[in-house]
Amino acid sequence: MTAAATTVGAGSAGLRRQQLFGFVYLALAAIIAVAFGAATEPGATSSFELNAPRVAVQLPPLVVPSAPTAYALAGLCAFLGAVQLTRGFGARNAVVLGAVVLLFIAGFLVWAASTRSMNLVGVLQGTLQRATPITFAALAGVLCERAGVVNIAIEGMLLTGAFVAAVAASATGSPWIGIIAAVVVGALLAALLAVLSIRYRVDQIIAGTVINIFAIGMTSFLSARVLQRRPELNNPDRLGPIQIPLLSDIPVVGPIVFNNNVFVYAMFVLVVLIHVALFKTRWGLRVRAVGEHPKAADTVGIDVLRTRYQNVILGGMLAGVGGAFLVLGSTGRFDREMTAGRGFIGLAAMIFGGWAPVGSFFASLVFGFADSLQARLSILNVPIPSELLLMVPYVVTILVVAGLVGRARAPAADGRPYEKE
Amino acid sequence: MKLELQGITKRFPGVVANEGVDLVVEPGEIHALLGENGAGKTTLMNVLYGLYRPDEGEILLDGRSVTFHDPGDAIAAGIGMVHQHFMLVPVFTVTENVMLGAESTRGFGGLLDVADARRRIVEVSERHGLRVDPDALVEDLPVGVRQRVEIIKALYRRSDVLILDEPTAVLTPQEGEELFAIMRSLARSGTSIIFITHKLNEVLQVADRITVLRRGRVAGTTTPGTTSREQLAAMMVGRSVQLQVDKAPSEPAGTVLEIKGLVVCDDRDHVAVDGLDLTVHAGEIACIAGVQGNGQTELVEAVTGLRPVSAGTVTLDGRPITAHPRRVFEAGCAHVPEDRLEDGLVPGFTIADNLVLNSYYLAPYATGLRLERHAILQRAREQVAQYDVRTPSVFNDVANLSGGNQQKVIVAREFSRPIRLLVAAQPTRGLDVGSIEYIHRRIVEKRDEGTAVLIVSTELDEVLALADRIAVMYQGRIVAILDPAEATPERLGLLMGGARPEEGLDPEAQEIAAAAASAG
Repeated sequence: MTAAATTVGAGSAGLRRQQLFGFVYLALAAIIAVAFGAATEPGATSSFELNAPRVAVQLPPLVVPSAPTAYALAGLCAFLGAVQLTRGFGARNAVVLGAVVLLFIAGFLVWAASTRSMNLVGVLQGTLQRATPITFAALAGVLCERAGVVNIAIEGMLLTGAFVAAVAASATGSPWIGIIAAVVVGALLAALLAVLSIRYRVDQIIAGTVINIFAIGMTSFLSARVLQRRPELNNPDRLGPIQIPLLSDIPVVGPIVFNNNVFVYAMFVLVVLIHVALFKTRWGLRVRAVGEHPKAADTVGIDVLRTRYQNVILGGMLAGVGGAFLVLGSTGRFDREMTAGRGFIGLAAMIFGGWAPVGSFFASLVFGFADSLQARLSILNVPIPSELLLMVPYVVTILVVAGLVGRARAPAADGRPYEKE
Repeated sequence: MKLELQGITKRFPGVVANEGVDLVVEPGEIHALLGENGAGKTTLMNVLYGLYRPDEGEILLDGRSVTFHDPGDAIAAGIGMVHQHFMLVPVFTVTENVMLGAESTRGFGGLLDVADARRRIVEVSERHGLRVDPDALVEDLPVGVRQRVEIIKALYRRSDVLILDEPTAVLTPQEGEELFAIMRSLARSGTSIIFITHKLNEVLQVADRITVLRRGRVAGTTTPGTTSREQLAAMMVGRSVQLQVDKAPSEPAGTVLEIKGLVVCDDRDHVAVDGLDLTVHAGEIACIAGVQGNGQTELVEAVTGLRPVSAGTVTLDGRPITAHPRRVFEAGCAHVPEDRLEDGLVPGFTIADNLVLNSYYLAPYATGLRLERHAILQRAREQVAQYDVRTPSVFNDVANLSGGNQQKVIVAREFSRPIRLLVAAQPTRGLDVGSIEYIHRRIVEKRDEGTAVLIVSTELDEVLALADRIAVMYQGRIVAILDPAEATPERLGLLMGGARPEEGLDPEAQEIAAAAASAG
């Protein structure tokens, strides 16, 4: 009975959460059925274009009947909700949550593309592009927080990186020098955060906020005072996409993955590299020990403070690259407050991704997708006000973070200054 | 390896933690370092382990003088330490924890060679009889096994001198025995062991030589054969001490606290108290004995209204008390919490303010929205005098008091009103012998006034000294109820470790044990 009592007892506390999720799934199923299924015209079809422009292999578009597809998706979602309510999914909860989100998005797409044609490849290309700065921000967050320093100044580092990249690349004519300058400035801001939070043990949230405010104020001021008067300083060369031969000819996947600029390829490499480094090397083991139990690390001769300095500064460098991407890999010019919260979304992706690089990357894709979809829908003239569409990435962020609160497990010493006795 | 400390002095602002301490540990010797909390044992060991730099004095290894700048130096010199609070990363595996800082790597870029580390761990653990699964996550291991991991961690680094800081504090007596066997076996193979403790019995049982520290100085060095518990206690405290509590037989009256089928979850939503039944009568001291982490904390929090109850009832004088601390307080329940600085006091408040933390809103301390400072201060001065709190004034922050005096502030606040029930968790943890005597006396006084007393303690000595009835708690349940007259430390230890109660227990306990057995 001990075992039985344990599950019953654990149930009583865990039950409400399980039920809550079940009801949410059912509600989403209802929304898919009513708002997406019933709202389409009878007999209408949704068409999805699967080709990028200028590719050798052309695929026929994917055409599905709108209402039946939406109902089928609603049915699947309702099934998951019912199972969640009655039995629960135990350890696979997160996967099921992801599946429900995908079903909901699919339902939404069917509705949005009803009687129209939507270019799916375009949306997915946009997803990867828009996920890139978020991933860099998330990687920066992973490096800092795994060592036990909360870095909410990533937003400011992105913004400053973007500004410096624009100016340096314009002034020298070389985008590469722009990137290097952004990395250096990211490192400097990170060093400031490190000194404040590690050496002087200032509250890390406050130190980060101060840096963010400083970054916004400084870049806005310089942008208004300098870039407005000398527009030639805000006109850098962009780093264009590089097609990888053969691979980029693969249908659907090729144009999405293998036709990108150097930032995106660097992101792929860094995600894998940092993941391996964190979980398979001596360096990573020590970093994680410092973030989990700094005193234990100290007692086996690991220099806690040095590890933290090193990781925060590395994180700042990555945030700088992310900022450089916004200008040199994307828009081609600096605009005031152009990061628009991507640093914070990156932190959300880090949490969603379980403080691991690969997880953070996939989480970033979710946010990138929301962002890309929003952009695509405003072009498609979907009957939703554009102001509401602009909210989508942030709403997704709030939902994900709220859904994960209390479940995701942060490094145990995250945000806690270490003081030798 | 022969270890010598010569004239070690370590000062902190305002305190001399060690003064001219000499200590010699021979190869293969188990050397007990005995002293009260605050006597400077841990400081001395932190000096030896390179965590602190001594202000004066010298460390000699095999006759050569050495200087340690950080623990890395000490480890390299062959010194290993098992800290009182384990230095293990809960989310790491045993292998990762053991290899941390001394990793096996292969290839380039410092790729971890987990297989090699695992092989060496198995080797060490087999050689010394330290059974452990190298792939288990540390957070899933019981404390006794975690301690083994700590010892393996030291041996993995080829330590010749092993420091064990209060190693038995978290163990059952049986686990303690196992540890002593391991210590003896290590000593036989040539490892020198420094065994830090404040428990007299253990010292006499396992040590080859004993050094007693008092207020940062060496009070004397002796051997188990030439001394006694009383002598050691007197050396520790500096005067002769009463090791027993004087108390008359209890005269239990009606039921005050009644707990039925209580289920409480811990912070991680796991069941910590699992269908527990217990009654406490007026005028008796019921002690809950158990190894830390068997649901005692959650039980106390549930009874005092600090933690929601998942199932079951708690009644005080027949009235249910719900998850509302003020209602529990007003029903006449006093609470001496386990962690005095976390739950008992506001460290940054003055003594006077801390003394009215539970009654500030009542007359005469408040009229309407206004606090009556005069009444609060007058009351504080009376209580400070009455409960012998050593402080310059009632305006001092409690954070600056010693542990014993902090506990007296809590006792003053909780005891100086008519109460029906006293719940005290680890009431003497970390206190010096003098303060322990004082707190025990006050608790017995309360009992004699007719209060029902529920004590939770992991110290068997305390349980045996105070209890009129002993309830052994294991995995969230009361597994046995014993009369102190028939409770030996051995028997309690077995029950605390989860052994089934044998024949000859009182009927209530048998019934519970039978229920547990049929259910399990």
